[in-house]
Amino acid sequence: MDDLIVKSISRMIIPFIQLYGIFVIFHGHLSPGGGFPGGAILGASIILYTLAFGAHKGHLKMPHHLSKRLESGAILWYIFLGLVGIWTGHLFLTNRAAGFFMGEPGEILSGGFIPLITVAIGLKVGSTIITLFHTMIEEEHDA
Amino acid sequence: MELLNVILVIFLILCAIAVERTKDLLSAVIIFAAYSLVMAVLWLLLRSPDVAMTEAAIGAGVTTIMFIAVISRTRRMEK
Repeated sequence: MDDLIVKSISRMIIPFIQLYGIFVIFHGHLSPGGGFPGGAILGASIILYTLAFGAHKGHLKMPHHLSKRLESGAILWYIFLGLVGIWTGHLFLTNRAAGFFMGEPGEILSGGFIPLITVAIGLKVGSTIITLFHTMIEEEHDA
Repeated sequence: MELLNVILVIFLILCAIAVERTKDLLSAVIIFAAYSLVMAVLWLLLRSPDVAMTEAAIGAGVTTIMFIAVISRTRRMEK
């Protein structure tokens, strides 16, 4: 799509979409939302970029090797946080008893590992959605 | 509020029937996006903002784009 209006509007609106996605991810334990909706919003912002500027520029913004690493790294981070519970002598994904920082209720840094796990889920969901869309667009180029 | 709920549910049912009846697949995808949007408003009225947010992001946004990408790789009209 080669339209000046679409390009300008998406260039203006994409930072706000990404800021909203990051807000939803980091407030996962305080307000509605969490890792899955926030990651979907982040992924949708990159999809909007790809739709407005073409598949080639979208690939440059989020290359395959980067999204591959993000996906695997996020799920490994999740499993690592779960294993901390086992290493300290409790069950998988133990929160408070494993010694995570609890903080004041209602603040961003509270709730033990819930914010860390939400960040991992957000990265995983966002990069998975981007990879799905880019794979579909790519095949269109080859055919 | 009761009336709004009834109107939205009737619109939802009409959308679901229209998706099934339409021969043009692109129109069906657009109607399905409208279905998802109304469903998101209904989740909000049911006091479940969490599900409403997910429905608006996944149902109305990402799924529609995925369907359109698939249609662009295949035929537009149903046989």
